[in-house]
Amino acid sequence: MINLTAASREQRIRLGLKKRHRAERQFKFYGALAIVFGLACVFLLFGDIVSKGHKAFQLTYINLEVTYDQDILGVNDPTDARQVSLGNFHGAIKAGLKNRFPEATGRKNKRELYSLVSNGAGYNLRDRLIENPVLLGKTIKIWVIADDDVDTYYKSIGESDGPFTGRTSEQKEGWLKELIKAGDIEKRFNFNFFTEGDSREPELAGIRGAAMGSFYTLIITILLAFPLGVAAAVYLEEFAPRNRWTGFIEVNINNLAAVPSIIFGLLGLAVFINFFHVPRSVPLVGGLVLTLMTLPTIIISSRAAIKSVPPSIREAAIGVGASPMQVVLHHVLPLAMPGMLTGAIIGMARALGETAPLLMIGMVAFIVDIPSGFHDPSTALPVQIFLWADSPERAFVEKTSAAIMVLLAFLIVMNTFAVVLRKRLERRW
Amino acid sequence: MGLTSLVLILLVLAFVVYSTARSRAISLAKPLGGISHLHSLPFFYGMRSAIWCAVPALGLLIIWSLFDDHIISTLVLNSLPESMRPASATEHSLLINSIENIASGALSSVASDPHLVSAAKVLDDLNAMAANLVTIVVLSTAIFCSALAWIKLSPQLRARQAVEKAFKIALLAAACVAIFATLGIVLSVLFESIRFFQMVPASEFLLGTEWSPQMAIRADQIGSSGSFGAIPLFVGTLLISFIAMVIAVPAGLMSAIYLAEYAEPGVRNFAKPVLEILAGIPTVVYGFFAALTVTPFLRQAGANIGLDVSSESALSAGLVMGVMIIPFVSSLADDVITAVPQSLRDGSLGLGATKSETIKKVIFPAALPGIVGGVMLAVSRAVGETMIVVMAAGLAAKMTINPLETVTTVTVQIVTLLVGDQEFDSPKTLAAFALGLMLFVVTLALNFFALRVVNKYREQYD
Repeated sequence: MINLTAASREQRIRLGLKKRHRAERQFKFYGALAIVFGLACVFLLFGDIVSKGHKAFQLTYINLEVTYDQDILGVNDPTDARQVSLGNFHGAIKAGLKNRFPEATGRKNKRELYSLVSNGAGYNLRDRLIENPVLLGKTIKIWVIADDDVDTYYKSIGESDGPFTGRTSEQKEGWLKELIKAGDIEKRFNFNFFTEGDSREPELAGIRGAAMGSFYTLIITILLAFPLGVAAAVYLEEFAPRNRWTGFIEVNINNLAAVPSIIFGLLGLAVFINFFHVPRSVPLVGGLVLTLMTLPTIIISSRAAIKSVPPSIREAAIGVGASPMQVVLHHVLPLAMPGMLTGAIIGMARALGETAPLLMIGMVAFIVDIPSGFHDPSTALPVQIFLWADSPERAFVEKTSAAIMVLLAFLIVMNTFAVVLRKRLERRW
Repeated sequence: MGLTSLVLILLVLAFVVYSTARSRAISLAKPLGGISHLHSLPFFYGMRSAIWCAVPALGLLIIWSLFDDHIISTLVLNSLPESMRPASATEHSLLINSIENIASGALSSVASDPHLVSAAKVLDDLNAMAANLVTIVVLSTAIFCSALAWIKLSPQLRARQAVEKAFKIALLAAACVAIFATLGIVLSVLFESIRFFQMVPASEFLLGTEWSPQMAIRADQIGSSGSFGAIPLFVGTLLISFIAMVIAVPAGLMSAIYLAEYAEPGVRNFAKPVLEILAGIPTVVYGFFAALTVTPFLRQAGANIGLDVSSESALSAGLVMGVMIIPFVSSLADDVITAVPQSLRDGSLGLGATKSETIKKVIFPAALPGIVGGVMLAVSRAVGETMIVVMAAGLAAKMTINPLETVTTVTVQIVTLLVGDQEFDSPKTLAAFALGLMLFVVTLALNFFALRVVNKYREQYD
């Protein structure tokens, strides 16, 4: 090595340089690859969900001639609410189907025929009669909700692998083709999805119940977590003496932030439900559990917001005679508010997407009614997604994806709002 | 009177007290020559009185509502003849339930035991009496305390100090909620776990290799004793976390390095927020994606090359979990990489090192403690992650490290054991709390050591 000439040394460096530059390019390539991988995952995820879910915003309807036959319905006075509520409207629809396809005879065939329309189609008929009692005895053309298998079939007609016939017999397909030819089947915007609660029938199931459950849960969460979080942050930043107790509080907050969310569910189950006997499955417990879960996030972001208020503001306020409490309430808090609100909204967005703790406290029941308060049994949006994802019906796959799209839309709105709020109101000192 | 209306009345009362005390302070100040002769602003006099009015009364109300169930049910049970008093906790709640049902009319009072009917009557009477009593006690406390505050009100009263002290105490109480939450977690998980370990020895739980948490309905049933060996769950959890880390650590680290050291501002401003989106997506969405998209894809791909992939493979759950953790690793790594001072980079580049050599030989070692800490935090998230594994991993507790087979995890078992009906004296339910305790201890330890690593080995550059 010692007797290397200058020339050979330069040559060695040159040779090495090539290798080193290759390694450099390679390294950079790996970095770019990692980024591309991450981005691809984002787009794949969104693309997958949207491609599966966009169809759920439409629902298939069948145009049917239905007679408000007094004998079939068992209704002779349409103003009598009790009679109307007991009326056999589904029977009227079955009769309409039989008229449309008279060739269906025999038990099996008829059952096949009746399964063209949804079990819930009668409700639409009933609502019309209540609205317009003179319809009794008359025959009308009405669009009724199709069964979910028909819905799946009709929506998949244009697809590359042909219509999905997994749950549709040839005979049924024949009827459907006839309906298509006559223009008596069509897709419409699916209002039911936004106005109805859960259902065992995919074509009738909606997210309203789950959305309201999430709403009530989040109301409890924000009402408890925001004041508590801000108060704790103010105490720790402005008043707390530097001693062991304060240190202990800080350690606890940091620990809570790292605890897996399912543990909060165990806490809710053992403390709120078993010990305090709060009823199961209600938004109140959900809100309490999510409060404890989001509290550390809100405390940490509020502390950051308070820290960013410059000390000169406090000194000036003290200088003109404000008490410590007045300094905080009149000056520090208003100036830190945008940052705190941003943190709170981001915390709420996380709480909205949280599922595991809600499973623990029983918010996973099958609940048809739309909750109307903090004490009504309910589910939440993410839990509804979990429940639907488990359902075997193929039509629930698109419902699940659509519910995910709604959930993601809420999250995007909340996060965008937080970013805009921060950009608009944040001050640089 | 209902609890809500009582609280509302208290609040209205507090507001009335506030405004009268405030105006009294002003009128006291008038003969002295204006409010500048008061010790504090009139607002503080008002607030002080309002606090005196509302806080003790509300405190009483809260204490009562915590214990009223217990007191009333004890009194009701004492009214029963000796022979009917319940022996165990389950009997106790059953008896109370049936008495309540009779009282509310859900159970016919004719068909029931006459003792229970009379107990139901006692319950009704007690409830009515308690409601009246509480209303009277709470309202008179409020009025009495307001009167005390009223008497003490004078221009020399240090009202501001009193109000600020109360304010500070309220803030301290809010800060202590975090302690109560931790305490609640520890106690609830610990107590149920202790009960579990009284039924199932800890050694079996920690060292057993068979997990089948059934409990017998009849004593002579086949397989009547469930087995609670949690090792397969730990293995499954570790396997899925390991797969997740294999994805997340290289991808997260390399993307952080690329964004911090190579990317142009335009790319950085686009890629960083888009990657952050991954962190904001709810885990249930990842679970759906794993179960309905990734798993079928893996099965298909496996079948194409002649591999038998289980329909609930550890691989798909691990892969998706890894994707979820990428932004977590990446943002933690980004923090520590940008914290390495520019002078180190300049020095290395000045000696002729290429950029990648600088990163590998200078920046990476300098940032290593932070990166190790970040990876440990990521592991703790992977271990505690629930929804992805509940939806994409299986229930069968197999002891395997083959990622194509189905495994189960601690969190999956907690969910399956606790969703649905529970009875709190069967080891099946309590096992979930024991698993929760393990999870809590492990994540806490990981976080603790992550912080230790970061603090102990951090290079000081100042």
